[in-house]
Amino acid sequence: MAFIDYYKILGIDKKSTQKEIKKAYRKLARKYHPDLNPNDKEAEKKFKAINEAHEVLSDPEKRKKYDKYGKDWEHADEFEKARNQRQQKGGGYQGQSTGDFAESDYSDFFESMFGGRRSRDRQVKFKGQDYHAELHLALKEVYETHKRTLTVNGKNIRLTIPAGIENGQVIRIKGYGGEGLNGGPNGDLIIKFTITNHTKFKRDKENLYTTVDIDLYKALLGGEMTTDTFDGKVKLQVKPETQSGTKIKLKGKGFPVYKKEGEFGDLYITYHVKLPTKLSDKEKELFNELAKMRS
Amino acid sequence: MGKENLILVKELCSHYQVEMSLFTELHEFGIIEVQIEEGSYFIHENKLKTVEKILRMRKDLNINLEGIDTVLNLLEKINELQAELNTVKNRLRLYEDRV
Repeated sequence: MAFIDYYKILGIDKKSTQKEIKKAYRKLARKYHPDLNPNDKEAEKKFKAINEAHEVLSDPEKRKKYDKYGKDWEHADEFEKARNQRQQKGGGYQGQSTGDFAESDYSDFFESMFGGRRSRDRQVKFKGQDYHAELHLALKEVYETHKRTLTVNGKNIRLTIPAGIENGQVIRIKGYGGEGLNGGPNGDLIIKFTITNHTKFKRDKENLYTTVDIDLYKALLGGEMTTDTFDGKVKLQVKPETQSGTKIKLKGKGFPVYKKEGEFGDLYITYHVKLPTKLSDKEKELFNELAKMRS
Repeated sequence: MGKENLILVKELCSHYQVEMSLFTELHEFGIIEVQIEEGSYFIHENKLKTVEKILRMRKDLNINLEGIDTVLNLLEKINELQAELNTVKNRLRLYEDRV
């Protein structure tokens, strides 16, 4: 268990007055409050640490105890003895917590010193803590709407993952977070999706992009060819004299549109004309002839 | 809008132990719309999350309603910017992978 320097957390020194402690706490709380830093786990962690520091240092009794035993681990035995006595008396600190960012997150240090719960008197009924989860899926897995079972905090949740969900998108599932406090409603489960793409298709929302190689002769003379789309092959009619870099659009062959069942984006194909290499003498001769015809 | 989606402000006041005047002020500030149905005050249930956020900001940070209104507006703007940033990041990948 690491020693936590509550003074350092609040950016104050041991001689700070209650007024200075309050001022430092308020300033940091305004900066790191989870409501002002949505989906920022670092800020949430900092806010919890600030609260913990404030809780100890703003209470003269706790502060005295912290100052006395906090850093000096040689006195830990003595402290333990005192704590045991307190517990036998049925003491320990009781308290409630503050909504979205709930009680579970006291440091081991705090729990061993003060019995684990904040003593601030809160009577407001608040919603339970929101749980944050990250779900990694391959692009192919979000091409069709499907169900998936997730285990969050030991609870199985059957989740429908809509086709076309975006990389980095966040969805909120009501009531699947932590339990409410003092009869408040449960928190929500917030899932962030990370979509990895190892296909040859690039995705921009519902549109897909890919590059297709065509040989010089097909580019010059035109013709038919087969190419891959995300869900199978299609036949393409290449126009004669197609330039390298030409882009064509295959309507409706893109990615599903999020939450619009049956609607698809488009697939954009860029032709890349591949020039022949290792020309034979005969080929060189013929190309020379062609070149002369153009000059 | 069905009445089943409305929450009685009186109940909220006793649930959160706040004065009715808070909701009147929230309405005046244009932060939370309070509706009157058959002589009773209601808010829409989709505003509940915002109400809780406001209560926490008041209690934890001592922010007054002018400040809360500003914070909520800025948070909305941040949300929009984050969504835009996400789209731009995904779009950038189109080009980064090609190099």
